[in-house]
Amino acid sequence: MNVVVMGCGRVGARVASILDHGGHNLSVIDLTSRSFQRLAPEFTGDTVIGTGIDEDVLRSAGIDRADVFIAVTDSDNRNIFAGQVARAMFNVPQVIMRIYDPVREDTYRRLGFATVCPTTTVSALIIDTVVKSTEPASPDASKGR
Amino acid sequence: MYIIVAGGGKVGYYLTKTLLNEGLEVLLIERDHDKVETYSERFGAVVLEGDAAEASTMAAAGAARADVLVAVTGEDEDNLVICQMAKHKFHVPKTIARVNNPKNEELFKKLDTDVTVSQTNYILGLIEQAIPDRAFIHLLTLRHADLAIIEATVSDASPVANQAISEIDLPVSCVIAAIARRAEVIVPDPSTVLLPNDEIIAITHRSEEDELRQLIVVD
Repeated sequence: MNVVVMGCGRVGARVASILDHGGHNLSVIDLTSRSFQRLAPEFTGDTVIGTGIDEDVLRSAGIDRADVFIAVTDSDNRNIFAGQVARAMFNVPQVIMRIYDPVREDTYRRLGFATVCPTTTVSALIIDTVVKSTEPASPDASKGR
Repeated sequence: MYIIVAGGGKVGYYLTKTLLNEGLEVLLIERDHDKVETYSERFGAVVLEGDAAEASTMAAAGAARADVLVAVTGEDEDNLVICQMAKHKFHVPKTIARVNNPKNEELFKKLDTDVTVSQTNYILGLIEQAIPDRAFIHLLTLRHADLAIIEATVSDASPVANQAISEIDLPVSCVIAAIARRAEVIVPDPSTVLLPNDEIIAITHRSEEDELRQLIVVD
């Protein structure tokens, strides 16, 4: 698959490196070339410097033949904007946006986008861990006492 | 009529001021604390500090009863999200977005903002019209129909000069609406012959604007 990743932070670099290792064609966009140092040393995909909300930058990243577009910059609005450019202007079949704000995430999920909200996901994991560690021992164990 | 203005830059500031002077109910949302203080001193209690893309800010602004939302921040991505959140989350009937980068205008039109305002394109348009002796001028875009009204001067070398309209191979969705010849305005019929220096007012599909330009204006 042809995959374009916008934002080469920890998540973007990791997703891109793993998909690249898995045999997909990757293209990663970031504002600064330094960010590309986060990519795995054996990364074979393309890197493009620029802002993903600029159509010309997206085009040079190969957006017109992309099967997947992943927007993972640290700005919710930029991810939402670029995701909509990818879908509305370039007909990319699968668009994934990271949105930190749960309300915005809910709105765009309802509009048919694949969204990931770290705030709700990570909170749920933490709460789950806390609840598990404070739970009374399981019924079986208590019987034995 | 209740209008929410998102973004207190120069545009937001003067827009708020003008709308207040017209006696309308206006609320200006601005992120910057210092600006909010300054504007509050000038306008009174019609300025709210916050991020207009945040639902909590919009709820505090009473967005659910707003008639119009105008997003005029300096960032296109913020303006788009503010308009979409207002529309889908708060059901604001009319949303207006300022487009800073002219390249984004097409996207805004495809998506669900009701009106887009591109200052850059507007100013470019004014400059075009202000330059004398421009042979081809884009006068107006009819957004919903994707049509443009243009004015063009027939050049001496143009293949349409001295041709009857019925003989001209015009782009498919182009209609010549009027011809200004010296002091006279002619409503043309198929037999009307175009002369060099005729000023043509035509309605055309935007995609065929260039084709029409090349046909009429030949250097």
